[in-house]
Order: sequence, then structure tokens, then C-alpha cells
Amino acid sequence: MSFLSLSYEIMPGLLKGAVVTLELTVCSISLGFVLGIVLALGRLYGNRPVSVLCTGYIEFFRGTPLLVQLLILYYGLPPYGIRLSSFVAGILGLGLNSAAYQAEYFRGAIQSVSQGEIMAARAIGMSRFKVIVNIILPQMFRIVIPSWSNELIYTLKYSSVAYMIGAPELMAQGKFIAAENFRYFEVFLVVAFIYLIAVVVLSRILNLVEKRVRIPGLQMAH
Amino acid sequence: MSVDQSAMLRVENIHKNYGKEKVLEDISFEVKGGETKVIIGPSGTGKSTLLRCINQLTTPDSGRVWLDGIDITNSVADINQVRQSIGMVFQDFNLFSHLSALDNVRLGLVKVKKMDKREASQEAMRQLIRVGLEDKAASYPAELSGGQQQRVSIARALAMGPKLMLFDEPTSALDPELIGEVLGVMKDLAESGMTMLVVSHELGFARSICDEIIFIEKGVIVEQGSPEVLFGNPRHQRTREFLSKINELYGETGKK
Repeated sequence: MSFLSLSYEIMPGLLKGAVVTLELTVCSISLGFVLGIVLALGRLYGNRPVSVLCTGYIEFFRGTPLLVQLLILYYGLPPYGIRLSSFVAGILGLGLNSAAYQAEYFRGAIQSVSQGEIMAARAIGMSRFKVIVNIILPQMFRIVIPSWSNELIYTLKYSSVAYMIGAPELMAQGKFIAAENFRYFEVFLVVAFIYLIAVVVLSRILNLVEKRVRIPGLQMAH
Repeated sequence: MSVDQSAMLRVENIHKNYGKEKVLEDISFEVKGGETKVIIGPSGTGKSTLLRCINQLTTPDSGRVWLDGIDITNSVADINQVRQSIGMVFQDFNLFSHLSALDNVRLGLVKVKKMDKREASQEAMRQLIRVGLEDKAASYPAELSGGQQQRVSIARALAMGPKLMLFDEPTSALDPELIGEVLGVMKDLAESGMTMLVVSHELGFARSICDEIIFIEKGVIVEQGSPEVLFGNPRHQRTREFLSKINELYGETGKK
């Protein structure tokens, strides 16, 4: 069977997996986004216990392998009465892990917001909370886009690890199909291409977003 | 202590230390409504700290600040409310870099004063017109010259309807040819009856518009008096030395 006709034949199965991969990516990056902002703000502006807690979270999730975190969530929790589906465990694991990295990107972006602007905002009577909402976060989102794009791409690729806990994503579909037809080389090559296309499309979209929201004079100092 | 009714700003015995270093030592003075006072003195001598102690961006270790008869150092005072009445202009402009000139002026009206958006836009535009920048309303700070940025920052402070304006070396970061436009706006403001406290080395400006000059060195008020007295016949040797040094740097006093 030629490579092309093989690709054609296995494509429906792989695309089904690709959809799950995208779902995993979107859900976990979103979870990581929200939690990441909370962690970054908590680390920078929280009182001491909050700051220590956020820092501890970040260090733990950055300092241990994603795969170990996934296995703990999927296999480690049921004895304690928490039974997660492989899909939910995958989202949680990837999301909680990504939150730690996103928090650090956000923290870097927040710290590059000028102290003078923050003082000026306080001087016109803004509370700390208003300063965060109206000055710090709007600038943070714009500054963080380039490094955040990397995190999105990592999350998309690392979502393949979820096949270890049986989530029916792209990698798992590839393994499943290859185990049936023994065409490991061709099947994984197609899998790799699908990841590549997804990565290219996502970075293009983010580039557009970055251009769209760009403001003269506002970007991360390189 | 009784409060002089005519004093818009009254600073009483302000002390501030950073660690062991005494930055401000027993500073007291007042500024009457409609007056402009200029603070001069060597750099690193606590002038900026003093301004920040007035609107409580920095908390003084002791001492009181009264604005229009109200003790704003009192813990009961809502500081965010108080700060709306004290406009502040910074050396580095500190415009919000993600907002256009108009939005810089409008933000406080909408978010702090809770003004209706359309009304706020009109008010912000009025303030930009006042500083002569209505045609730059849509420009971002990075697209403006330093002088234009500083004028926007003055408009931003004025929009809040302050009773008192603090200027912290407003022209020190500007190219010489841009200083005039900012001083012009400040002069108009002083003549319109605004109460102003200005940290500046622009002695020409001081001479032409201010009512009193306060010379601070090492956190202490060395001498204060009318420009005529301070420039003409300062009582203290240090004042004399400082003024002649400034003259060497910035040209002859009063020629600006």
C-alpha cells in the first residue's frame, strides 16, 4: 500500500484523535491561564502565606515530571475515592502543570510594568485592585503574548503524554492504528505532521492576535 | 493645633527615615489657596519624598498633612478619596503606556470618579484642549514627545478636579527645547488660581510665577522666602552657594 493511500485510510481515525488533542489543549491551557494569573498575582501581591503557597505550587509543578503528575491524578486518586476519566485527568494534569509555567510568564510580564505608572495610577486615587485590573493586567496580556505562544505550543505537544493514561488523543490513536497494521514509521510520520500543522496554525493565529492588540512602545524589553 | 483657614496645604513636622538615613527632618510649611511655591535643593535631598509624603504615596514616620482643613494623615481619611484632590505630575511623566492620550486622561474619571463614559470623554477632551493637545487625543504615549507627554500628564491630573497640584521636577527629563511648552502650561495654571507646589530647578520660572521659594537641603528647610529675597539677598551661605551653582548650570537667574 502506498504511503498516500495508507495516509488516506488512517486519516479518519487520526483526526478523531486530533480533535481530542485539541480539546485537551484548549481546556488545559484555559485552566492554566486562569490559575496562572491567580498564582502570579498571589505570588507578587499576596501576603506572606499566600505568596509562599503560590511559589510552592509553582516550584512543585515545574520541578516534577508531567507524566508523574498525570499518573498520580489518574492512578493515585481512586483509592481516595476520586475517580477521574482519562480525559478529565488529562485536562487537570496538563492544566495544573501549565498553570505553573504560565504563572511565571505572567509574573515576568507584570514585573515589566513600570512602577512609575503604578504610582501615577495610585496618585489619581485608584485602589490597588483597580490598578491591577486597569493598568497591570491590560499591559501584562500584551507583553506576555510572545512567551505565552510558546506555552500554548508546548501544551499542544505535551498533551501527547496523556496517551499514557489512556486518553484517546492523537498519539493514542496513532499507537492503536500502528499496532494493527505494523506500519509504525508511516503512521507516526503522519501523526507528527498533524501536530506540526496544528502548531503552525496556532502560532499564526497568535501572531495575528499579537499584531491586532499591539500598542506602540509596549512590548517586552528584549 | 488650630488650622489656618486660608491654608490649602499645611505640612506639620514631617519626619521620614529610610533605615538610619534621615530623609526628612521636621518639615513644616503651608501653601495658601491660589499660591504657587517652589521647592529647590540639591538632588537626593528628600524633595521627591516630601511630595510623596503629602499625597501619602510614601507614609511619613511622623507629622501631619492637612488639605483644605482636613487632616489627611488621619487613618480615618479615605486616602483614595483624598488623592483625587491632589494632582501629581512626575519627572518621567508616567503616562499609562497602553492607553491613548485621551484614555489616559479619561481613565480616572471613569474608574475612580465613576463618571458616565460619554461625559468623561468630553471632560477629558476639555483638559487636552486646555494643554493644547486636542489633536493628539488618539496618540499613544510612545508616539508623543516628552513635552507632549508631560502636558498629557498634567491634563490627567487636572481632570480629577484637584485642589492642589504637586509637580516633581516636571521638566528635568525634557530636552531644553521642550521645557518651554510645559512651563507655559504650568504658568497658565498658576495664573488661573491653582494652588501649586513645584519641585524644580527652573529658577526663571520660579521667579516669574511663584510666591515663595523653599530651599531644602539634607532633609531640612534651610531657608524660605519670596523669590526677590532668596535671589537678591539670601540669609544663608548655603542658599547662596546653591543658587550660584544652579545659575552656572542653567544660565542666569530669571532669564528664561
